Amino acid sequence: MSTPANSDLPQLLRIETHVGAASTAVPRAELPAVPRIELHSSRISKWLDWLFRNILLLCSLSVLGVMGIFFYELTSRSKLSIAKFGLHFFTGQTWDPVSGDFGALPFIYGTLLSSLVALVLAVPLAVGVAVFITELCPRALRGITSFTVELLAAIPSVIYGLWGIFVLVPILRLYVQPWLAHYGAWTGLFSGPAYGIGMLAAGIILAIMIVPIIASITREVLVAVPQSQREAVLALGATRWEMVRMAVLRNARAGIMGGIILGLGRAIGETMAVTMLIGNRPEIAKSLFAPGYTMASVIANEFSEATDDLYLSALVEIGLALLIVTVIVNAIARLLVWSITRGNSARSNA
Amino acid sequence: MHNMSSPGASTTSLSKPLSPWRRATNVGFIVLASVAAVLVLAPLVAIFGYLLYKGIGSINVAFLTATPKPVGESGGGMANAIVGSMMILGLGSLIGVPFGIGAGIYMAEFGRGKLVTLVRFTADVLNGVPSIVVGIAAYAMVVLPQQHFSAVAGGVALGIMMVPTIARTSEDMLLMVPNTIREAALGLGIPQWRATLQVTLRTASKGVITGCMLAFARVAGETAPLLFTAFGNQFWNLNPNQPTAALPIQIYSYAISPFDEWHKQAWAGALILIVLIVVAVSAVRFVTSRGTMANNA
Repeated sequence: MSTPANSDLPQLLRIETHVGAASTAVPRAELPAVPRIELHSSRISKWLDWLFRNILLLCSLSVLGVMGIFFYELTSRSKLSIAKFGLHFFTGQTWDPVSGDFGALPFIYGTLLSSLVALVLAVPLAVGVAVFITELCPRALRGITSFTVELLAAIPSVIYGLWGIFVLVPILRLYVQPWLAHYGAWTGLFSGPAYGIGMLAAGIILAIMIVPIIASITREVLVAVPQSQREAVLALGATRWEMVRMAVLRNARAGIMGGIILGLGRAIGETMAVTMLIGNRPEIAKSLFAPGYTMASVIANEFSEATDDLYLSALVEIGLALLIVTVIVNAIARLLVWSITRGNSARSNA
Repeated sequence: MHNMSSPGASTTSLSKPLSPWRRATNVGFIVLASVAAVLVLAPLVAIFGYLLYKGIGSINVAFLTATPKPVGESGGGMANAIVGSMMILGLGSLIGVPFGIGAGIYMAEFGRGKLVTLVRFTADVLNGVPSIVVGIAAYAMVVLPQQHFSAVAGGVALGIMMVPTIARTSEDMLLMVPNTIREAALGLGIPQWRATLQVTLRTASKGVITGCMLAFARVAGETAPLLFTAFGNQFWNLNPNQPTAALPIQIYSYAISPFDEWHKQAWAGALILIVLIVVAVSAVRFVTSRGTMANNA
């Protein structure tokens, strides 16, 4: 910046004092106008940045807020039932809206048994199909196979139920249940009249529904196993199976476990298809042929009919129990999956 | 070098036949994994086959334009349920998409520290909360204060369910945008909010839209959270503040009814619903598989 001529100095000083920045030796008048505008606009844009950031922060806090609201609403709306029955709510076996006596054990039993049946059927299939897609499938078929599995996850629960009622149940009643009753009666699991509808039908439909969840997580985890691990084992002369067992499955254990627990979480909370197939009778029976009832189904069936406060409160308490259980189950599953994929792409429903 | 003098011998020792046990387990493994794949795909084929077989015969003009008829009368349709579903899904998207994308941007762009990890984790856990529980919460939040069922209540339930899915996929997609693009934008002197919205988000837009469509497809078939929020309706209703028919509820109540006529309608409704969902999912798949940030299957 050039030194100003002497004659101009007083005027410049006057301007400087007016502006109030006397400390600078450089005369203000000579500064180009642009920085001033920049200074001005950056204050607005700083404010906009602040606003932007906080709106986004609010959006992500809404996720925490929703979780908080869930717990708050369900706890406060089930106070009546919690106060009246306490822990007996979860051990009581009678469910009698007329006399106002509520025990949730038959529903808890139904939820656990149907989920267990589903897991027993789904886990081998899901892990098998995931291994097939990542390790065995020809490249040309890989895309179409995993797309089909994704599609299975996109079918709504109510359509599984519809299909179950009109296709699965008759098949079970006419072919599968007589066969099971003949060869499996000694286990005690397959006795009693074969209605088709019942615990077995619910378990099978649940299995079909959770296979895609377990399979897609397992696939993600298997893909995350470094290729060099496979090559190292193959180079030592291992067969395909030995390679999968030693290099792939062993490294992916925790993640597969996570996928299975995630599937369990989905099975526990699944509502419509189970409601349509399980028979909806609050009984505790050992036989898989017998009808049952699950926690989610009883809410779906009776919530809008619940007339008095205690009845509604008891149903909400079942919902609260369901919420707590699934939150715990999902938290464990996520931690396991994250430990393998490092939190990068642990997407569940894609 | 002298090892090379007898290549024949070393080759034979390497290609020594596998022991019968190792060979058998290997073949068994390949067969079992392939059988698993077939068994998993079989229900899919069966379900789609039945839907087409049963559904196509029951879809006609009346089905798409009329409201349900009372028991005993034949004919009638689900037009009000189709429109009602669209309305509830629209309301849900109005809630789910902005909050979901907003949360996703925050996690991806400002994603350091314990808070963001907690949000990410909560979103994943929220994804696994049963839809019926979401229904109870929406009932307590919207229906009880208003003292009546409404499409808005259904929309709130579905919107809440969309948020975690959209947030997590948006985050994943934004994280795939190279940092150099962010730096280039900021280097031009653009304020952060514009750089994020007009450069980073735009670069990832394809993936973000994918996430939104997946979330949409997922909640489109949800029945449980609508049972005591939107409730269902046998008549036309376009007022979002009133009980509204929804396709999944209609399918459910027709499927468990004892009437053949209604069963047919349930199949037709299911076919319409699945076509909507499959079109959404396939469109997503098609768009992303052509993009540079394709999900490698």
